[in-house]
Amino acid sequence: MSEEEIILPSIASGVKSLTVNDRPMHEFGYNPSLGPHSNEITESSLNILLNRKTISLTPTSTHSIYDRNILGTKKHELSISSLSFLFGEVVSWSHRSSKGIQDLENRLNGLGYKIGQRTLELVKLRERFKNTKREIRLVEMLQFIHSTLWKALFGESANELERSQDINNEYMITDNCPLMAKFINIPKDYGNLNCSALTAGIIEGALDSAGFYAHVSAHSVPTDYMPQRTVFLIKVEEEVLIREDLRGGPMN
Amino acid sequence: MASYYFTIIGTLDRPLYELEFASFKNPTAQGVPGKSQFSASVKEILPFIANSSLDVVEDAQWNSNQFHLGKIDAFFGLQVNGYITQGNIKFLLCYETPTNANLALHAKQDDTTLKQFFNEVNDLYVKCLLNPFYSVNDAITSPDFDLRVKLIVRKYL
Repeated sequence: MSEEEIILPSIASGVKSLTVNDRPMHEFGYNPSLGPHSNEITESSLNILLNRKTISLTPTSTHSIYDRNILGTKKHELSISSLSFLFGEVVSWSHRSSKGIQDLENRLNGLGYKIGQRTLELVKLRERFKNTKREIRLVEMLQFIHSTLWKALFGESANELERSQDINNEYMITDNCPLMAKFINIPKDYGNLNCSALTAGIIEGALDSAGFYAHVSAHSVPTDYMPQRTVFLIKVEEEVLIREDLRGGPMN
Repeated sequence: MASYYFTIIGTLDRPLYELEFASFKNPTAQGVPGKSQFSASVKEILPFIANSSLDVVEDAQWNSNQFHLGKIDAFFGLQVNGYITQGNIKFLLCYETPTNANLALHAKQDDTTLKQFFNEVNDLYVKCLLNPFYSVNDAITSPDFDLRVKLIVRKYL
């Protein structure tokens, strides 16, 4: 085996990357630089598999995340103040390290993006018993976000889902009272900053990872009775619309 | 005792996880049960076979609204079975075509067991994804994940 450092195509980031010299502990664990050879089933690992021996592979093996029930249908209540304080801290932390209003919105959007990627998979998994369908059409995907995903995140579905009348790649989701930004007042000189940029990021992350590439931004559109009313403007990429046209026919 | 090659492929077409194994049902006397019996020449092209079926997967992805896409490709007697999550992560399973009699019955049983197998791996994958130290498209190097996948393999295949 060469001592030179090899390129690890599978590891984009990560706390620690594995090299060809890293042997798995107790023959378990996949090493991308060795490929399937690294976690081959051997005499000793087979023994563990067949006898279901409890084994401590990592310091957290005894209460591993993989043993918990992910399909929990029990609803958990979360205090709104803890959420608001946490979100307030997120905003102020992003604000401190940002260069301007646009930068701050981008940072919040980026934070939401990762949440979106995760929630999408989680919500879809939990929904599997009721509905085994994968979303493959844009409008159905948007409806899924508007109702199911929103319910999972904020307890109720969003208020409206509309398609822009003038521009055919724009869709809008309206929330009359966005939960996250409930207790946030934007100072006058901050222009059109909207802290729901985080929620916009969640939508963008969910859409992107499902293959409906889009850009999502949050805009305040207050009315007399609903001062916090926020519109999430979803600009869908051209290629998605082309695909919709091609595949729009009856499903086989 | 059929041999299998299972891989999880991310949105950037990189393998996130791979596993070679053999069926735990009806083990033969020779060798370690569970250890794959692919010949050396097949072994080295398995990742290529899996990746070459990605085009078919991506076509089927927008035609079918199922998670389990079923048998999608075949390459010189190696079948490729695919599953895709909502977040565009592909699970592929390559295996040799069974040569024994009552093939139809075998295929029918296979389909349901494969579906259960994929569903359980999907559960595991989402658990892994929810970990803040893991982000989309990173390789899954956790020994705990590996152990659980092997237990699922033992249970179903």
